Amino acid sequence: MPRSVEASAIQFVTLAQQREAATLGIWVFLATEVLFFGGMILGYAVYRWSYPEAFAAAGRHTAIVLGTANTAVLLTSSLTMALAVAAAEARRRRLLVLLLLATAALGCAFLGIKAAEYLKDWHEHLVPALNFTFEPRLAGPAELFFLIYFATTGLHAIHLTIGIVVMLVLAARSRHDRYLGPRSTTVEIAGLYWHFVDIVWIFLFPLLYLGGRSG
Amino acid sequence: MSGLRANLLVWLALLVLLGATTGGAYLPIGRFNIALALTIAAIKAALVLIVFMRLWEGPRLARVFAVAGFFWLGILLWLAGGDYLTRHGFPPG
Repeated sequence: MPRSVEASAIQFVTLAQQREAATLGIWVFLATEVLFFGGMILGYAVYRWSYPEAFAAAGRHTAIVLGTANTAVLLTSSLTMALAVAAAEARRRRLLVLLLLATAALGCAFLGIKAAEYLKDWHEHLVPALNFTFEPRLAGPAELFFLIYFATTGLHAIHLTIGIVVMLVLAARSRHDRYLGPRSTTVEIAGLYWHFVDIVWIFLFPLLYLGGRSG
Repeated sequence: MSGLRANLLVWLALLVLLGATTGGAYLPIGRFNIALALTIAAIKAALVLIVFMRLWEGPRLARVFAVAGFFWLGILLWLAGGDYLTRHGFPPG
């Protein structure tokens, strides 16, 4: 049975209450995600402190041009995401679908560039355990750096993939006024997740790509 | 559409800061490179949190949750960091 635009889900009294509950829910989830990624960043910090020379040398081997370009792509996807939320609130359905698809496309572009980077890392023998060669004196801790590099960027890529799927599902289901006006909460919640994944990258980028550049 | 101007301005600011952080990484300022990079990252994250995620416009409790996430992260980094930074003999060998 179709519900009217102003009706809330059955467990809530009003749509405003539903909106507040959903917003709180995603922030609780994001707080746990801060600690999830935070643990990995702590591991990075401890080993960078212990092996500064090897971490600087290893950091210089990351692809800074691809990494910087990818950061720009992801920051732009956050813009289209923010505009998608605004479009949903302004009841502009076609624009909403367009912006959701643009966000998904930028996410795919990020993953594509990342894949090219991983391939480059493989050819340069920078993949721990499987294909790794480095200046022998620093090889051990440098391998540790790349282990952290693949673990954090891989985990980030998984998060981004989930975000892309969410964008495509929202775009496909965005018929009539399902996500418009007072019902825009769904888009807003998806947006909060997307922006969080962007923030994770904002911190991973300087830690992984910029170390040892001035040396 | 509301917030179009603010969103575009923040996006431009984020790209400028990205240029600054990549450029700044090549300055020969020793250990201040990482301080500069992390300061810029924090500013970028704050812009995303405040403008794109509209943290200050949502429910007040959402702000408490967001701050709590970073607060506990601070405890994690502070206590674990204090341990490793002052311990001798780590890493072994």
